[in-house]
Amino acid sequence: MSRVPGFGRIDRSRTVTITVDGVPYTGHPGDTVASVLLAHDVHPRTTSVKYGRPRGITGAWTEDPTGLIQVEEPFPEPMLLATTVEATDGLVVRGVNGQGRLAEVADTARYDRRHHHCDVLVVGAGPAGLVAARAAARRGESVVLVDDRADPGGTLTGTETIDGEPSPAFVADVVAELADQPEVTHLQRTTAFGHYDDGFVLALERRGDSVDGYGLRTRQRVHRIRASRVVVAAGAIERPVVIEDGDRPGVVLASAARDLLHRHGVLVGREVVVFTTNDSAYAAALDLHEAGAGVRVLDARDEAPRGWARACAERGVAVTPAATVRGTRGEERITAAVTGDGTEIPCDLLLLSGGWTPAAHLVSHVGGALTYDETLGAFVFGEPVAGVEVIGAANGTLALADVLREAGGAGAPHAPAEDDGAPPRVLWRTEGDPARQFVDVARDATVADIARAVGAGLTHPEHVKRYTTIGTAHDQGRTSGMLAIGILAELTGRPVAAMRPTTFRPPFVPVAFAALAGRERGDLFDPVRTTPLHAWHVAAGAEFEDVGQWKRARHYPRAGEDMTAAVLRECAAVRTSVGIMDASTLGTIDVRGPDAPVLLDRLYTNMMSSLKVGRVRYGVMCGNDGMVRDDGTVLRLAENRYLVTTTTGNAAAVLDSMEEWLQTEWTDLRVRLTSVTDHWSIAAVAGPRSRDVIGAVFGDLDVSNDAFGFMTWQDTVLDGTPVRVARISFSGELAFEVSVASGYASAVWARLLAAGQAYGITPYGTETMHVLRAEKGYPIIGQDTDGTVSPHDLGMSWAVSAKKDDFVGKRSYTRPENRNPLRKQLVSLLPTDAATKLPEGSQIVGFCADGRLPAPPVPMLGHVTSSYHSAELARPFALALVKGGRDRVGEVVHVPVEGELVPALIGSSVLVDPEGARRDG
Amino acid sequence: MQLISCPWCGPREEVEFSYGGQAAVAYPEHPAALTDEQWARFVFFRDNPKGPFAERWVHAAGCRRWFTAVRDTRTHRFVSPSEVTS
Amino acid sequence: MADLPVPTLPWAHPLESRRARLEDVSAVRQELSAPVAAVDLRLDPAGAGPAAVAAVVGGPLPERPDTWTALPAGLALRLGPDEWLLTSSRARPEDWEFGVDEAALAHGGSAVDVSAQRTSLRLRGQRARDLLASCCALDLRPASFPRGRCAQTLLGQSAVLLVAHDTDDLQLFVRTSFAGYVADLLVDAAHDF
Ligand SMILES: [Zn+2]
Repeated sequence: MSRVPGFGRIDRSRTVTITVDGVPYTGHPGDTVASVLLAHDVHPRTTSVKYGRPRGITGAWTEDPTGLIQVEEPFPEPMLLATTVEATDGLVVRGVNGQGRLAEVADTARYDRRHHHCDVLVVGAGPAGLVAARAAARRGESVVLVDDRADPGGTLTGTETIDGEPSPAFVADVVAELADQPEVTHLQRTTAFGHYDDGFVLALERRGDSVDGYGLRTRQRVHRIRASRVVVAAGAIERPVVIEDGDRPGVVLASAARDLLHRHGVLVGREVVVFTTNDSAYAAALDLHEAGAGVRVLDARDEAPRGWARACAERGVAVTPAATVRGTRGEERITAAVTGDGTEIPCDLLLLSGGWTPAAHLVSHVGGALTYDETLGAFVFGEPVAGVEVIGAANGTLALADVLREAGGAGAPHAPAEDDGAPPRVLWRTEGDPARQFVDVARDATVADIARAVGAGLTHPEHVKRYTTIGTAHDQGRTSGMLAIGILAELTGRPVAAMRPTTFRPPFVPVAFAALAGRERGDLFDPVRTTPLHAWHVAAGAEFEDVGQWKRARHYPRAGEDMTAAVLRECAAVRTSVGIMDASTLGTIDVRGPDAPVLLDRLYTNMMSSLKVGRVRYGVMCGNDGMVRDDGTVLRLAENRYLVTTTTGNAAAVLDSMEEWLQTEWTDLRVRLTSVTDHWSIAAVAGPRSRDVIGAVFGDLDVSNDAFGFMTWQDTVLDGTPVRVARISFSGELAFEVSVASGYASAVWARLLAAGQAYGITPYGTETMHVLRAEKGYPIIGQDTDGTVSPHDLGMSWAVSAKKDDFVGKRSYTRPENRNPLRKQLVSLLPTDAATKLPEGSQIVGFCADGRLPAPPVPMLGHVTSSYHSAELARPFALALVKGGRDRVGEVVHVPVEGELVPALIGSSVLVDPEGARRDG
Repeated sequence: MQLISCPWCGPREEVEFSYGGQAAVAYPEHPAALTDEQWARFVFFRDNPKGPFAERWVHAAGCRRWFTAVRDTRTHRFVSPSEVTS
Repeated sequence: MADLPVPTLPWAHPLESRRARLEDVSAVRQELSAPVAAVDLRLDPAGAGPAAVAAVVGGPLPERPDTWTALPAGLALRLGPDEWLLTSSRARPEDWEFGVDEAALAHGGSAVDVSAQRTSLRLRGQRARDLLASCCALDLRPASFPRGRCAQTLLGQSAVLLVAHDTDDLQLFVRTSFAGYVADLLVDAAHDF
């Protein structure tokens, strides 16, 4: 065991058991998969993606480029880091070689999101973040403080002194003070992963996986935080020095070894060589020594820092200045470090510290410029970004005393200054074979690869990144990115300051799609809109179809019926007796005001001002380009009031467009629009017996043809409730539409069904409605049209007013193209075999006498827009847009269907009751 | 998720709004008097500047008011929230 | 207005089928509000119109954006520069429309019956705002959205009208066809409360 008594913040009183590659290991709450393995002297070993070299872990947190694992239990999740997965009882993982596995079943866990608003968001609960959050809270600001580790304190190890007390006590005090403030939200295990416009930050909270109760509690939560000010206190990331064979297991970042010791009580090696370019690794050297390791320090600088050298001497830690490590020896694990002069120092652990790179990602996300700091050898926060502050190590401030001062201002806590420190030396790599000097171990990319990129003429870091793939792995170049730029500068002989670093983009850490989706999965993926009759349709066994966000009953199959059979039955019922359909999804707009007739005259192609009160007119709306956008009926309720219906899918778009005209163009018109789509529920009662049904339910109405003519409406009352009945037909049959406030829809529907029982009233769905209207040649906007179809193309020149000076689209009709006789026109197609149902979308070609398609390019005449079986015609039929179609009526064309050419006869678009004899019953 | 300032409701998330394209493209007074090309210019052609651009937005999920806002197309920043267009 | 015969046709709440599921949520009480008469009033705010309508509905119309005032048996909610939603739990919808419309018409305005256009949920409890904050991006902290405020915004992907009655008491109006989605969303969001 490599667990050291007296070190670590794990809960030794409890144990957890995890299984790694089939072997069970015990650990403690507070452990990660990595720390459990290391405590058992098991060095996680993976194989590099390109060269198959053995790799261990090199970091202690998200900076680790190598220790990828696959979680199997509680739920499969690929490509996680052993250093970041908390050890929980029952966890099962295995090491992966670059490729993980996704679950084949749906994840049952819950993911959600929460919105926050605050004066200041502090990212990072290390010393800088804690002090900044406390200062803001004391000023009375509302604060959200997020930190990605399990507990606060950041890089504090517990050995520091702040304001005269041990750092753990200081951290506990600050946390307690923040917890007392109602305006402070403090979240651990929460990674701010993206920073967007206007102070918007996304943070992922890991709420813990329990193997037993997987999915019971929300597993991950995305916090959507809108902050007036964002304080980035995300720390810095230590980087190694690139050395030959520096990818060998047992080569670890100095800070990671120290973190594993103080956080998890794990000593990663017994014989330790520390190779550093700066002061920070000395603390690691001394701490590992105190934990029982033999430690030697090689400092790349000509002189070791005097204060640290003294401390090392006192404890018997040898320090050699002006020394480098050039490479390593060993197979599965390092056995020796090779110094610059060729000496081999036996060791089982080589700690590297090549300096610190500020974690400036959240600044970069919002376009913050970074500038090169020569002393630090890293890019730091450059020009200020409004509303963003960077403090502590994230700002390049590394000494604790300075960090506290920077974060806390005048009332900052105090820490003793480190004395006799020395500035770091910027050193990207030591002498060695570039092909064995790994820069990005996750991508197996070496100094030689960078040299090859330079040889190929690439000199910009962004280009070199893409050429070498450095920085494109799961860690996004946390430890390798700066090294690559430094080495690129070296190879091109340019100063680093002249380089522009690669842009960091969200997310800072990998985020599961499930977390981003939150609860917008399954039934909540998209709003499901239902009519008040939805429960009835379900009970009646309806099959539904999605129309926009609506669920509409498509047909009502009886036992043994498929859709074709059900629709034929429903069609026959409407044509021979009576059917009833829920038409509540139609868009309905109340148009009020003295200028309402003017507005509608401008928006519809036909005349609406001449419509008499009490009457109904069909209308077509076009765009400025003259193409059909929508259609529907218009009821004139009063001199200054109309009720306009739109197609189900276009309701919102039509209203928005009408408002746009009114609010931005015709602001002089005194008209007001109100959406009443959800207010009115509409039942369409259609068929020769519909008059009997309506007459039976609404006793006050005279439903005779003389008293209640086609395209008129009347108000009536049913048991004290107002009802509007209109004679509108979308099937060619005698038909009525009954509108009532939606709360009464079920009651009215029940009455209609009861009254219709004598006639076998048959509920019919949208599919049946489509067939019935197609038999009459009524187009469905969006099915038979596609934005390039004019009313004339649909054969509806009768609906285009010649009298009006202007209306939306009118000017476009005088273009020569609009009069082109070869424009596609709506016609019917009857397959001559009277058996084939032509697939919708099929292309139409001219008649090929030899039964074979001509050589490509095959001249296309048009395409099938709608196609059904007709009960009335006892055969399949289709609607189609065909070039010059109306002049071709009577011609036979061909439609390729599954490799066969099916002959079809072009006919007029109206196939049933062309004289319109049925509409009056 | 940018904030857009509705002149009536104040700043709201951009998903509450719909875009209406270039502002102040007036409907021609006499469409019939235009040549086909002039008409096509009105129907299909819009500016595409690099820099400030006056455009129309509607607060679709809120007050349903259309308004004009000037946005810098290089940065997406709204330059000056203006009043409801007239 | 009150003495006319009450309709005897059965009326169904759009969320009736979800009543039990909503009541199962213990952390935040979610009640189906009783139906009210409601009109969408469009009126020039500058003229004498608002005062004339106020006289008919029995209380002043809210002047500031996104605020509401109490009427004797309902609410007056400001939806836009020239738009209000006026509700009454006493009047019959057709009478409410007629009365408000008549007053508005004289000042170039109009009122349209929208009683069945929306339905409403009342959310009560200390965590009512937290629950909404799991689906709504608006700043709903009591200081930003105090009693007297209302707002049309998005809850999940549905447009809603939120009304602050008190710190622990909010109301949500939603279009009838979206009500099921919104109720399911809130029940789901309350899972971890
Ligand atoms: Zn608005």
